[in-house]
Amino acid sequence: MLRFQEALVERIGAERCRGVIIDVAALDVLDSYGAKTLGVLAEMARLRGAETVMVGVSPEIAFTMVRLGMSVPNMHTALDLEEGLLMLGRLTGSGPGR
Amino acid sequence: MTEQRTQGRDTSGAASSDGTTGGTTAGGGGGGWLDDQQLLPELVAHLRQHRTQLRQEWAGRISGSHLLTAMTPQEVHSETTSVYDNYVEVLETGSVEALRQYARDLSERIIPRGVETDEVIGIVLLLRDVLARSLFQKYHDDFTVLNHVLDAYEPAANRIANTVAVSFVDERERVIRQQQDAIRELSTPVLQVRERLLILPIIGVLDAERAQQLTEQLLAGIRQHRAKVVVIDTTGVPDVDVSVANHLVQTVDASRLMGASVIITGLSSKIAQTLVTIGVDLSKMNTIGDLQGGIEEAERLLGFTVTRKAEGSAAS
Repeated sequence: MLRFQEALVERIGAERCRGVIIDVAALDVLDSYGAKTLGVLAEMARLRGAETVMVGVSPEIAFTMVRLGMSVPNMHTALDLEEGLLMLGRLTGSGPGR
Repeated sequence: MTEQRTQGRDTSGAASSDGTTGGTTAGGGGGGWLDDQQLLPELVAHLRQHRTQLRQEWAGRISGSHLLTAMTPQEVHSETTSVYDNYVEVLETGSVEALRQYARDLSERIIPRGVETDEVIGIVLLLRDVLARSLFQKYHDDFTVLNHVLDAYEPAANRIANTVAVSFVDERERVIRQQQDAIRELSTPVLQVRERLLILPIIGVLDAERAQQLTEQLLAGIRQHRAKVVVIDTTGVPDVDVSVANHLVQTVDASRLMGASVIITGLSSKIAQTLVTIGVDLSKMNTIGDLQGGIEEAERLLGFTVTRKAEGSAAS
């Protein structure tokens, strides 16, 4: 997870990227450590100039996260990848196709 | 099978009692042993023969006891006839399958009419008594034979009463379960009113179980309809306790995680007070006074504009 964080932040700088989408649709469970890491990741990305959108949260994960008080305050959320791309386009001021 | 066993036991009982009654009834005793094989057929034949009279007596006692008042005399007549025939058939064959099926059918028909459990059990017991009386009358000269007849009759009659009562209660429970499911389904509808806009009207008391179910249905509905905005209307909820209020806030957060923003409308002053006192962060809660305002806000968020047609074009 830490390596993933580092690699991602590196690439955000290298590719001058403006947005990050994290798709968690394939996750069955998300523990508090995972949620916290995602929050940290979003904060780091924001500091490097990129917005983060989390997509594909299932109803079960959504409610478990809320119930356990795992909030991800810096993260935008969208229903699925398509919605996430649209949202990023709005957030960064450029359409998905530019 | 059970019937067979019952008969077998009766036979052995008959043999021993015949042995003790001794010489004078020896011929009758021998006949009695044979009688046991013939007893049920004879009994059935007797009941068939006096069908009309016994059925009328039964029907008379039903109306005398003020049972089945929800049904018309004609209905009582036709149902008692069928029950009587089924009853005799069970005595003859020893199989309650057909009766069980009939009892279930009958229950299905009469439960919506408001027939109670005690009435159903009451009429079956009345029939049992009427038939037993007629057997007493027929065999009252010979106590031994009467004993054998009752030995054969009573277990079967009790089984019939049991079967009918159980079938009736089963059917009732099935209806109740069905209704409970229906109520649960209907109590928290998730409705789509525009593309990607859901409305969730809540009416009545919101307890913990219902709140849980509401959350599940809402989150599933968001996914299914790809909703972006959800309006939760609580106009019909007078008050909630602290845990349910908390649950409501969590539901809003969970919906946000799924990419839908929630607008809550029609919060009563009591609920508003509860929400404030539990001290959760309400800054992200989007609340609007009434449902109309909530829908207008949702339309604004989704980029819909609703305009009224000009008078002239509406008429044409």
